[in-house]
Amino acid sequence: MSTAYQIVVCGSIVPDPLQTLEPVSTPMGPALKNEMMLPAVLDPWASHALFEAAHLANSAPGSKVWLISIAPKAKLQQVMMTIAQKVPFELVALDGPAGGFTEAAEVAAILADAIKAIPGLDMKRLLVFGGWESASRGAGATMQMVGELLGITDQFQGVDQITVNTDGSLEILERIEGGKHQVSKCAGPPAVLGWATGSLPEPPNNPQIGMANMRAIMPALQRAKPAKIAAEGVTFVRVTLPKQLRETKIVKDTPAYEIAKEIVAWIANE
Amino acid sequence: METILVLAHTETDGSLAKPALEALAAAKSLGGLLVVGLVGENVQDAANSIAACGAAKFFGVCGADFAQARYATDAAAAEAIAQAAGAPVIIAPHTSRWGRVLAGVAQRLGGRADTHVTAVSLVNGAPAVTRWYYRQRMEAVLQRAQRPWVIALDPGCVAPWRGEAGTASVEKVAVNLTDAHKRTTVTGVRAPKAEEQTIRPDAKLLFVAGAGWTKKQADGQVHVAEAEKLILDFLKLTGASLGSSKSLVDLSGEGQAVLPFMTHLNQIGQTGSTPRHPKGLSTCCHGEEPHTVGWRFINERRAISLDPSCGWARGKADVLYVADAFQVMAKVNELLAAKKSS
Ligand SMILES: Cc1cc2nc3c(=O)[nH]c(=O)nc-3n(C[C@H](O)[C@H](O)[C@H](O)COP(=O)(O)OP(=O)(O)OC[C@H]3O[C@@H](n4cnc5c(N)ncnc54)[C@H](O)[C@@H]3O)c2cc1C
Repeated sequence: MSTAYQIVVCGSIVPDPLQTLEPVSTPMGPALKNEMMLPAVLDPWASHALFEAAHLANSAPGSKVWLISIAPKAKLQQVMMTIAQKVPFELVALDGPAGGFTEAAEVAAILADAIKAIPGLDMKRLLVFGGWESASRGAGATMQMVGELLGITDQFQGVDQITVNTDGSLEILERIEGGKHQVSKCAGPPAVLGWATGSLPEPPNNPQIGMANMRAIMPALQRAKPAKIAAEGVTFVRVTLPKQLRETKIVKDTPAYEIAKEIVAWIANE
Repeated sequence: METILVLAHTETDGSLAKPALEALAAAKSLGGLLVVGLVGENVQDAANSIAACGAAKFFGVCGADFAQARYATDAAAAEAIAQAAGAPVIIAPHTSRWGRVLAGVAQRLGGRADTHVTAVSLVNGAPAVTRWYYRQRMEAVLQRAQRPWVIALDPGCVAPWRGEAGTASVEKVAVNLTDAHKRTTVTGVRAPKAEEQTIRPDAKLLFVAGAGWTKKQADGQVHVAEAEKLILDFLKLTGASLGSSKSLVDLSGEGQAVLPFMTHLNQIGQTGSTPRHPKGLSTCCHGEEPHTVGWRFINERRAISLDPSCGWARGKADVLYVADAFQVMAKVNELLAAKKSS
């Protein structure tokens, strides 16, 4: 049995992980210093979700992939320049904050409304993908809430693999403790899948896909409605950087045997 | 202090795992009225094991349908217990099972959730949680006005509750399940064979391998087979848990020489895990920030790298050995083997 899926990927942008981040307090609550200046990337686990979505869509003819993103429009446009070259998708953009100190429940409500507004949405074909945790809030909360708001109670988190069985059911592998995977069989869509790294390498840039995507992405960005998101009811008592630096002792020009002795003693020392 | 519901699931043998006892200890540290909710195939033994914890009441959802870690049934069970208990604050262990459902449950209850919480405390007489943002780059303490407030406590942050077992009286909470709750079936667990199981959350030591192990060495050759033997021997001798840098586990996707026992599950860092171990030894890894954020909860850190100006040298490790990890680890294994046989 073959199903043409409607795969909606939820994913926003985060600062490039190579950047140094510093918290600042603003009248709106905590934020990042120079947040709007920091180079951004698509949230890494959401990127994996997008690549997996495209792969699945490719293997199920008639399927389509949407990417729904709430982020400051101008920064989202920059990120789209690279992401659009990876895999085919249609962007649904919402213009709002993408920082980690916003509230997952507020983000989820807007995402769920945006999913419901997709023309021709069919719950029997719907798979909602996203990263299992963001690189900003890192809570793993948004996707579950989106699922609840859409009435989807087949939900999976830390997903590394999805396989469509011949009867249309889905076999899903989720990360659990101790480097293991829980294996589940789900009757079929609708389902929510929060992806971990998945099992696909990052697709190479393909300028043709990029050009095709961008034709619809630019108007989608222009259409982006403002999304009001804060963290209603939350009081941040403090936000601090950890004491970052250790005093590193550097051991050089020492024979391997001496170093080995020191390491073995250190390991044994309770 | 408000009433706190400690929400836990039992293990397959009916017991409570350490993270559940940690959540209980955290709740007790806040004071206030305590109630306990348990979900699992059987919950009586678990309730008995914490009978002396001081809970005013024990609620339970049990039956074969609640044996498996499945969103639909777990969320229904947690929701039913939360409704029955009516507690404004809910503290639960952030296990993979609860991590899958707790935010959804908060949504259902009209409340809010905070996950990956590392500490709970009282600030101005009201509960506050500590959690990290931007992948362990900054730590925040926050409070919430909304209730119920579901707090998922990360394992390993609090000493577990200890006390005598006894006999607890459990009030059974009914959950009406329909076919819709059973569209998913957990069919099993896929795990590497015991001898290939390299991820050991309870190990005292984290051993991290970086991409250097698969790079050309001074003789212009790669030595992957030797690297594999050195790493596996070390793991056998120490029982350490094996971590990896992203570069090393990504290599397999790029068709390069790889260590076959490593997968993305071993990856530490920004897009990997952030394990908790008392000590960590990094080898052939450059110690870049997206990797070292995953070391946030490793107390003592040492590294072996050929590069004296790698990230580890810049305040990220306590000791950096500027040396060839092949040579050092061969000697380490010799010494450990000699120690074992003596
Ligand atoms: C979005 C994003 C997310 C990321 N997430 C992660 C993440 O989760 N985890 C992660 O690890 N990285 C992550 N990275 C990548 C990170 O920035 C680094 O590229 C990566 O950690 C480098 O891995 P490495 O140190 O093993 O390899 P390299 O940078 O290649 O370093 C190898 C090191 O081995 C040393 N070496 C070689 N031979 C020997 C020898 N015989 N003895 C001793 N030392 C030797 C070399 O001197 C060098 O220092 C991420 C990057 C991005 C952009």
